[in-house]
Amino acid sequence: MASATLLLLAMGLALAGWLAARARAWGFKRAAPGGRIAALPGYHGWYVALWIAVPVLAFVVAWNVIAPQLVVQSVLASPAANQLPPFGMKRAMMLGEARAVAIGTAQGVFTPAAAGLVEPFREAIGRYRLIGILVTLALALLSGGWAFLRLKPDFTARTRVERAVMTGLLAASLAAILTTLGILSSLVFETVRFFGMINPLDFLFGTHWAPDPMSDMADPSRYGSIPLFWGTIYIGAIIAMLVAIPLGLMSAIYLTQYASPRWRKWLKPALEILAGVPTVVYGYFAALTVAPAIRDAAAAVGIANASSESALAAGLVMGVMIIPFVSSMADDNIAAVPQAMRDGSLAMGATANETIRKVLVPAALPGIVAGVMLAISRAIGETMIVVMAAGATANLTLNPLKTMTTVTYQIVAMLTGEGSFDHPATLSAFALGFVLFLITLGLNIVALRVVKRFREAYE
Amino acid sequence: MSETHPTRTPAFEARLRKRYAAEKRFKAFGLGAIVFSIAVLLFLLVTMTWNGIGGFSRTEVAVPVDFGKAALTLDPALATDAAKIQALQAQGLPAVIDDAAKAALSEDGAMQLGAESWREAARALVDNPALLRAKTILWLPTSDDLANAYAHAGQADLQPLAERLAAQGKLANRLDLGFLARSDATDPQWAGIWGALKGSMLTMLVTLVLAFPIGVLAALYLEEYAPRNRWTDLIEVSINNLAAVPSIIFGLLGLALFLGVFPSLRSAPLIGGMTLALMTMPVIVISGRNAIKSVPPSVRDGALAIGASRVQVVFHHVLPLALPGILTGTIIGMARALGETAPLLMIGMRAFVATPPGGFTDPATVLPVQIFLWSDEIDRGFVERTSAAIIVLLVFLLIMNGLAIALRNRFEKRW
Repeated sequence: MASATLLLLAMGLALAGWLAARARAWGFKRAAPGGRIAALPGYHGWYVALWIAVPVLAFVVAWNVIAPQLVVQSVLASPAANQLPPFGMKRAMMLGEARAVAIGTAQGVFTPAAAGLVEPFREAIGRYRLIGILVTLALALLSGGWAFLRLKPDFTARTRVERAVMTGLLAASLAAILTTLGILSSLVFETVRFFGMINPLDFLFGTHWAPDPMSDMADPSRYGSIPLFWGTIYIGAIIAMLVAIPLGLMSAIYLTQYASPRWRKWLKPALEILAGVPTVVYGYFAALTVAPAIRDAAAAVGIANASSESALAAGLVMGVMIIPFVSSMADDNIAAVPQAMRDGSLAMGATANETIRKVLVPAALPGIVAGVMLAISRAIGETMIVVMAAGATANLTLNPLKTMTTVTYQIVAMLTGEGSFDHPATLSAFALGFVLFLITLGLNIVALRVVKRFREAYE
Repeated sequence: MSETHPTRTPAFEARLRKRYAAEKRFKAFGLGAIVFSIAVLLFLLVTMTWNGIGGFSRTEVAVPVDFGKAALTLDPALATDAAKIQALQAQGLPAVIDDAAKAALSEDGAMQLGAESWREAARALVDNPALLRAKTILWLPTSDDLANAYAHAGQADLQPLAERLAAQGKLANRLDLGFLARSDATDPQWAGIWGALKGSMLTMLVTLVLAFPIGVLAALYLEEYAPRNRWTDLIEVSINNLAAVPSIIFGLLGLALFLGVFPSLRSAPLIGGMTLALMTMPVIVISGRNAIKSVPPSVRDGALAIGASRVQVVFHHVLPLALPGILTGTIIGMARALGETAPLLMIGMRAFVATPPGGFTDPATVLPVQIFLWSDEIDRGFVERTSAAIIVLLVFLLIMNGLAIALRNRFEKRW
């Protein structure tokens, strides 16, 4: 909790700086002819507070990274550290135990030899905490003092504070780009390592997927990702969409065209609850209720050895999950069709459903198609339902009652197993993630294009 | 008829009937789609509730204990409950309970008293030291085997015992509020969700502290200040794409980047919160921009006209007016993050954690991951506990979404 102390200290100092600077500015204001100074006293306060808070916070963050290492180094330099084993698990464990006792989270050490290290640890932690506090104080006084001395009646504190605020705003919006870059760099880096071991062509076009995290050999014939992508598309883009598109579209049509406002007020939120249920709950539902029901139904109509983990169960439940998504997309797009087109069709004597099928839906089609593409991108990125209900075996088959595996399932399987971080089986997860990322990215970009073009047609 | 309506030929009438029939079918199909979706939702909720009710209770046996005879003492000076329980253990409380169980339930019944059951007795004594000199009937959890036998799920050899004890009124399913106060355990009789719940709260706190300010500031910048240029377009494109990137990709990022930098923080709520913050931030930006956009330009013009600076316009006028909308979007984003499982699996929050995390850097698990972990167990007890945990998760989500709706209805202005 040393960092909490430092943070509180930093905030306290900033507050003190704010009060002092504001008081000084009030002094200027009272002394100034006509009581006018270049900025309101509050801005002088903020100016000094920022000059204290920003450097101190930067220091606290850096100190939190550096200090533990400094502590360990000074402990290792103490005479008690000579009894430590030179390297390995035991050494790390003893250090950890001694540290836990020193900071008071543990009562005593398990390894007796670690007992001698407790005192050096306590000493080092105390010393570096003191150093941290002193540096924080010095930094705050120096930087805050400098800012405080700059205050004058004609000092444009507001412009400077506002410039800082704008920098903060810009930095916050750059976080999105940084995240995208972070995703790309981490995926690309590991994928390149993976392709150093496995030929990309074998990975992209092989039809056999059975990585063995235990083998020392990188066997390219075991890393064919076609069955995974087939499973992903079959479950997410075919079975799920067969459920979600008709049901989602028809619910949207009923809600916008037929339902009375009173019913609409209740039905629409009820449909949205479906979208709010966590995926792990859908997964559990699929595994516990839907999959056994499908297996029993298959057995009842005479299909032998139907698997209890089937692509059908995962796809059906995923489809239900996507219904509200498709429905709200279709809802928005149908509502955006100009009323005149609908009126025209009805005036010509078409029935409501003829108007919907022949006028509204075709007019809204680009938007609906874009919505469906976004729905597909969401379905193929969905993880928990397939992890819990679809199964682990890669099968290149059309039979929906068979076990199938997906890209997301394999990412989870490869990264939660025992494999080490430089094994091709582990790295393959990043390659799969990268391809998945590119596919969803592509679907989104195309969908946005379609939407954009559609909007221009009516405005 | 055909004189007044020359077009209404029999062929026309037939066509019209067909068209009206098609209309009716179409409408029925639309209604059917909605009814189906809502029926699935209700079925899901009812199944979970039905299975989950049992998860809030556990099988316990009645053991009459005469603590007065056992002459246990409890030093009130001991600081923590854990120390008191330890002291009771040292004085032989487990043996006292075991003897009492043997006397009351006979040898075979006492065998099925959970090995850790004395802890429940110890907790009862700590809560109410007056019991130390009293005779009392304690309800203690049985072994998982006996619980299964009592529920007629396997363990055929124990079923006679279960039936005998139940007939004597000494064995029953009793409400187990400790489920909300304990942590994960290998025995479903002892499993609880407090550890996972606390992990969820710590993780959500980190997510909120990171995603909310960054999201709001980014939304303000993009909506109020950003010049129309290539950089702004790039920011917008990346935010829109991040909102649609599969959540598991964020898990890969957390694994490769965050755990690469802080390898010692595996399974920590800090890393989980950072990962979820990246996922939640675009949601907050998008909903925040919509809320900011809905503040009418006249408010900005008015403030500018009386001499406010551009920063003052935004922070004194636009932001307060847009805040209810931003908060609504934030709560919805946080609810989504609370239900998220996959990215947290990637960064190791699936470890078996038997104690609630003490801070942001302790190993922890979260509620959805706990559900996932329990769903792998085949034991009947865990099936019930899983559904009970799902109920708790859904209740939390319901509260958050309800809060968002209430906020929207209460504060949102129509301009």
